[in-house]
Amino acid sequence: MKRQKNQTAAPISTMGRVLRLMVGNYKFSFLMVVICILVGAVATMRGMLFVQSLVDDYIVPLLGQEKPDFSLLAKAISGILIFYLIGIAAAYGYNRIMVTISQGTMRRLRLDLFGKMESLPIRYFDTHAHGDVMSVYTNDVDTLRQLLSQSIPQIINSAATLVATFISLVVLSVPLTVITVAMAGVMLLVTTRLTGLSGKYFQLQQKNLGAVNGYIEEMLDGQRVVKVFCHEEEAVADFKKINEALRDSADKANCYSLLLMPINANIGNLSYVLCAVIGALLALHGAAGMTIGTIIAFLGLNKNFTQPITQISQQSNSVVMAMAGAQRVFDLLDEPAEEDNGYVELVNARENGDGSLEETAERTGIWAWKHPHSDGSLTFTRLQGEVVMDDVDFGYDETKMVLHNIKLYAEPGQKLAFVGTTGAGKTTITNLINRFYDIQDGKIRYDGININKIKKPDLRRSLGVVLQETNLFTGTVMDNIRYGKLDATDEECIAAAKLANADSFIRRLPDGYQTMLTGNGSSLSQGQRQLIAIARAAVADPPVLILDEATSSIDTRTEKLVQDGMDALMKGRTTFVIAHRLSTIQNADCIMVMDQGRIIERGSHDELIAKKGRYYQLYTGKAA
Amino acid sequence: MRTIFKQLKQYKTAAALTPILTALEVLMEVLLPFITAVIIDEGLQKENLSVVYRYGILMVAMAGFSLFFGAMSGKYASRASSGLAANLRESMYEKIQTFSFSNMDKYSTAGLVTRMTTDVTNVQNAFQMVIRVAVRAPFMMIASMVMSFIINPSIAMIFLTAVIFLALIMVFLMKRTTGIFQQVFQKYDALNGTVQENINGIRVVKSYVREDYENQKFGKAADGLYRLFVKAEALVALNNPVMMLVVYACIIAVSWFGAHFIVSGTMTTGNITSLFSYVMSIMMSLMMLSMVFVMITMSFAGIRRISQILNEEPELHNKEQADLAVPDGSIDFNHVGFSYKKGAGKEALQDIDLHIRSGETIGIIGGTGSGKSSLVNLISRLYDVTSGNVCVGGKDVREYDMDALREQVAVVLQKNVLFSGTILSNLRWGKKDATEEECMEACRQAAADEFIERLPEGLNTRVEQGGANFSGGQKQRLCIARALLKKPKVLILDDSTSAVDTATDARIRECFRTKIPGTTKLIIAQRISSVQDADRILVLEDGRVNGFDTHENLLKTNNIYREIYESQQKAGGDFDQA
Repeated sequence: MKRQKNQTAAPISTMGRVLRLMVGNYKFSFLMVVICILVGAVATMRGMLFVQSLVDDYIVPLLGQEKPDFSLLAKAISGILIFYLIGIAAAYGYNRIMVTISQGTMRRLRLDLFGKMESLPIRYFDTHAHGDVMSVYTNDVDTLRQLLSQSIPQIINSAATLVATFISLVVLSVPLTVITVAMAGVMLLVTTRLTGLSGKYFQLQQKNLGAVNGYIEEMLDGQRVVKVFCHEEEAVADFKKINEALRDSADKANCYSLLLMPINANIGNLSYVLCAVIGALLALHGAAGMTIGTIIAFLGLNKNFTQPITQISQQSNSVVMAMAGAQRVFDLLDEPAEEDNGYVELVNARENGDGSLEETAERTGIWAWKHPHSDGSLTFTRLQGEVVMDDVDFGYDETKMVLHNIKLYAEPGQKLAFVGTTGAGKTTITNLINRFYDIQDGKIRYDGININKIKKPDLRRSLGVVLQETNLFTGTVMDNIRYGKLDATDEECIAAAKLANADSFIRRLPDGYQTMLTGNGSSLSQGQRQLIAIARAAVADPPVLILDEATSSIDTRTEKLVQDGMDALMKGRTTFVIAHRLSTIQNADCIMVMDQGRIIERGSHDELIAKKGRYYQLYTGKAA
Repeated sequence: MRTIFKQLKQYKTAAALTPILTALEVLMEVLLPFITAVIIDEGLQKENLSVVYRYGILMVAMAGFSLFFGAMSGKYASRASSGLAANLRESMYEKIQTFSFSNMDKYSTAGLVTRMTTDVTNVQNAFQMVIRVAVRAPFMMIASMVMSFIINPSIAMIFLTAVIFLALIMVFLMKRTTGIFQQVFQKYDALNGTVQENINGIRVVKSYVREDYENQKFGKAADGLYRLFVKAEALVALNNPVMMLVVYACIIAVSWFGAHFIVSGTMTTGNITSLFSYVMSIMMSLMMLSMVFVMITMSFAGIRRISQILNEEPELHNKEQADLAVPDGSIDFNHVGFSYKKGAGKEALQDIDLHIRSGETIGIIGGTGSGKSSLVNLISRLYDVTSGNVCVGGKDVREYDMDALREQVAVVLQKNVLFSGTILSNLRWGKKDATEEECMEACRQAAADEFIERLPEGLNTRVEQGGANFSGGQKQRLCIARALLKKPKVLILDDSTSAVDTATDARIRECFRTKIPGTTKLIIAQRISSVQDADRILVLEDGRVNGFDTHENLLKTNNIYREIYESQQKAGGDFDQA
């Protein structure tokens, strides 16, 4: 949906933005490029005129001389040599400067894109396919790179030649210029029609390519199922159909765009003939001051006029295609970043004799919330990990609430567990505490402070999260653990790994803690990755933990390790657990049974079993 | 290369016509300067209007031919290249369909998709370029060179030297740049890898407030990429000026020596203008050739990757005159050894010797990597054994036709998927002509009926790609129903009820017992409760049989089994439910 809308957005305004981006940071360099191109064009012009006049002015006078004196020619050639050298220097100049401009712009763009992406709210990632976001970096940025480093310089170059030639043409003969320009107009007309047609099919081709892409992705993902069910023939038959559609649109799109060159070249030939005939007619009748010499010079330039037009029209096609990509890049850049109106900060604190707290630069191990009030006073509240939810309602979109009247109270160090069926809203609750999403109604307080007042980075620093789906980053095991606390020493990291029960398996890896992990730690098992994630949370040492337990994909033995790791981590921290296994929650201070966004039962394990309600049913697998 | 060209098939004619038509087009283009020369020399210079008319008309006619040949060559080029692309995609897809599991293990889905889309598109573009330009440029160059030699051999020798000089410089530049570009693309991949990691792990990044850290990391990588890019493109930027240098040198040479030749009477004035245009077209052709060369080298990587698929040999073959009928559901493993990499690597299974009667229910328990999936994959011959043999119905599985065997041995894979369509279309994978009633019955046996009945459109409910609109437990039950529709003699569930709650799990097993008693059932599970009522339970450890007996006996005799049982007894419940 979104993509389609973008494609209709005005390419011209997008183009303007691309140019602004390019010129904006490189004003001087860009000026140099323009100067170089103009100088180069003039030098080239001079070179062309020299060739035109070579025979008449330098060779013919020498004919029939007894002892021909070539010194005049030698002088002329050395004169033109200077122009040529200037032309070459100018060409190198603008080619080289363009490299810096286009690559610099690309770097800027990549950094901006990445920085913007990091600042986007979680909602963006939940509502956009990751593949689409990725494609902005790979496909769209790449087409933009080609646009900046190839198409735009070539267009500028062609335009410069065009202008220089045009001026010479006008100087030589106005009537013939009119003819030449008229033919160029025809050329332009044909070009726009053809590019329009091929553009239409190019779009269709992109659409069909998307369809093929989606189809093979789905089928190959399920290839093992296809095999097991002997479904190969049907799969091929379906594929043939969409493949043929793609072939057809690719054929048409290419066919029209390939027509462009011969058509333009031959309109150019036509223009040549017309100018020759009409020029000759004019010359014979002595009209418009036309001489044979002028016609010959003019005809030489006629080709130079049509060539850049062909070039520009060729480039214009790729420009239009690049604009769709550029639009998607800009769309991402224009996404609103995550807002943060918080003003309460987390600071290092020192306890005074009277028990009051005071901010300090040194690392004391005591943390406090620094809360400025409207009257200018400051209060410090010790970071403890008390979390209260009061009548919280929440929906991913305004019209459909998925959580209703959630009330809970977690004292520092308590363990709260959520159980319930898939889709009951367990994970959603944890998205609210760290403000990945903002609630619609009610209040969430952390150590008595409304979390909306706390700066998001500080709030998140005070919460540790271990998610069911583990994400590790390319780097060593040590790097990955240190991710929890960037200034942690190796010893701290190893201690955290020991706490998380990860130490023993890490030591058995080929390079121990220095083992490189790539592709989300694909060389490790799911359970081992989870253990590293727990160690990562442990090194951060937050007072509040949110744990989304791993499910069935871990075997019983590794699960025991993970479980023990989690238990060790939970000690002394306020913990919210999304539980899949009973062992996690038997000792929880409070278990909340969720159903369709509501807490329908709460209490300790024994209380809930005695109640013989939903919990009992889930636990025993029997209807009560 | 040859692998790729073989895929032209029905587009061979188009591919052959393109260069011929291009050659004709070039011929017209080479002849046109002659006509213009006549128009100038005979018509305009001599003020002979009729010559201008006649040759003007001839030129228009030739332009018409040139247009015709050009358009036709474009048409055939596009037909041949897009046809080649379509054939490549289709052949690869068909080839993949013949892959066995061990072939599939070598490739990732993303890797295959890239091969079939991006790589094919690159090859398509390169091919289109090659069949047109690779003919046009040398043809143009040779024709112009020949014409130059006819006009004046001495000056033509200068051209020849210039061409060789320019070619050498271009080769040198290209060598240098391709080296750097290779590094560039590696860096580029790494950079994109970082982006991918950040997109997938954005929750981790934000939870740990590592946005700035990631920005710095990315910034460093982007700077490195920038420097490499500039280094490579700065060399590329030399191309144009070098080309100009050579062209200008030639023009000056022609002017100087040409003047001498004309004055000494060995050349005419008309010849010198011709030489100017020939020098231009020679150099332009060389430039074009170098572009084609770059395109070809760039598509080499893609060609290699595509050929890799097309040349991959399916590892499993049907025996000639294979058996089509599977007599019953008995399974025998006779001293089976198996490893995923033939000849090398750790054995996934060692000396497995098992005998299962038709209609038995077997539970399989063991840790990750103990060989559970490997064991059952041998039964439907998804892989071949390394030593020993596996028999179904008393006959070696290699004796059967693979399709016939898999019709009778239904596997519900651990990593299972639904396809976009409807529930019904997915179920009919099991049996193409199954009636709705048959499908519903299969769903009842798999305990999927209760949620299907709650869906407003029932069996006709849409299934999104990958079954994204169903919960894990629902998907698993639909996959079981799909397998049941085959009415197989052997049914294998590879950890297929892990996301189904305990009660439903029990219901499914109850259905199996009462509805399909004659089917041999193998159930892999993590939960003891899923297997404890099986006839016998197999305990695997490190690819070996550790125990194979009833629940009660295993509790008494098998340490591993008892350990797992006890750990689950005190903490066995599972709240993950559909």
